[in-house]
Amino acid sequence: MTTSLDSQFAALADPTRRAILARLALGETTVLELAKPFAMTQPAISRHIKVLETAGLITRRIDGTKRPCRLAKPGIDAIDQWLDMLRQALDRNYDRLDKILIELQTPKGEPTP
Amino acid sequence: MSKMTLTTEADRYVLVTRNFAAPPEVVFRAFTEPDIIQKWLLGPDGWTMPVCISEARPGGKMRYEWTNGKGAGFHITGEYIEVQPYTKIVHVERMFLPDPTPDNHIETRLEPDGAGTRMTLRMTLPDAETRKMMLSTGMEGGMEASYVRLENLLQPVAH
Repeated sequence: MTTSLDSQFAALADPTRRAILARLALGETTVLELAKPFAMTQPAISRHIKVLETAGLITRRIDGTKRPCRLAKPGIDAIDQWLDMLRQALDRNYDRLDKILIELQTPKGEPTP
Repeated sequence: MSKMTLTTEADRYVLVTRNFAAPPEVVFRAFTEPDIIQKWLLGPDGWTMPVCISEARPGGKMRYEWTNGKGAGFHITGEYIEVQPYTKIVHVERMFLPDPTPDNHIETRLEPDGAGTRMTLRMTLPDAETRKMMLSTGMEGGMEASYVRLENLLQPVAH
């Protein structure tokens, strides 16, 4: 069964999950290690990991009592993450610019929207 | 208004297109005049650009400084290479995180499209090392620092 792009984008929409992916871009890690830099409980981090796993962005293997995580497709995901970040940033900027352009074309003296 | 497109080209460039409901003369001003740039080139909500230097002429300098008002900030510096009023802007810039990233070469083209403008922006795709740094620098310092770096890259916080 293939994972839909929608679920991947939904998974990427959360800053904590993006940060988790960024950490995993550096290599395979346990949940305990992943949780360290976050001001969150391990169960909270585990929920984020579950979302990422369901979206097909990460995979986990069994190593004794541990279940280390790694990126499903390291190279591609790293580029996609970065592009997704850029896309969101530019979207926000250009939406703001749309409003500024209206103001710039409004003759002085008239109220701006 | 057509939506933005963002694609990669030959693993070396990022191409962005977007239409704006204003003629190229107005869009050009918005891309080059400091007091206008400061109003929109801000990335996530909550960030401001207290310092904006933009000398839009060949050889002219640029420096943008951003802050989130909570002690976090970063800046870029750059130089204009080519400035053709209303149609083309070419510049290089680098981001300080805090070490400078490799130069990003950015070409912005504006062309009339009906009563509006079609923008085509081509920038260098940062190498894997730089992308990784942009995405993950600061994580070891805790979530707040990590968010600063992520947000630096102009990312809106989804809540």
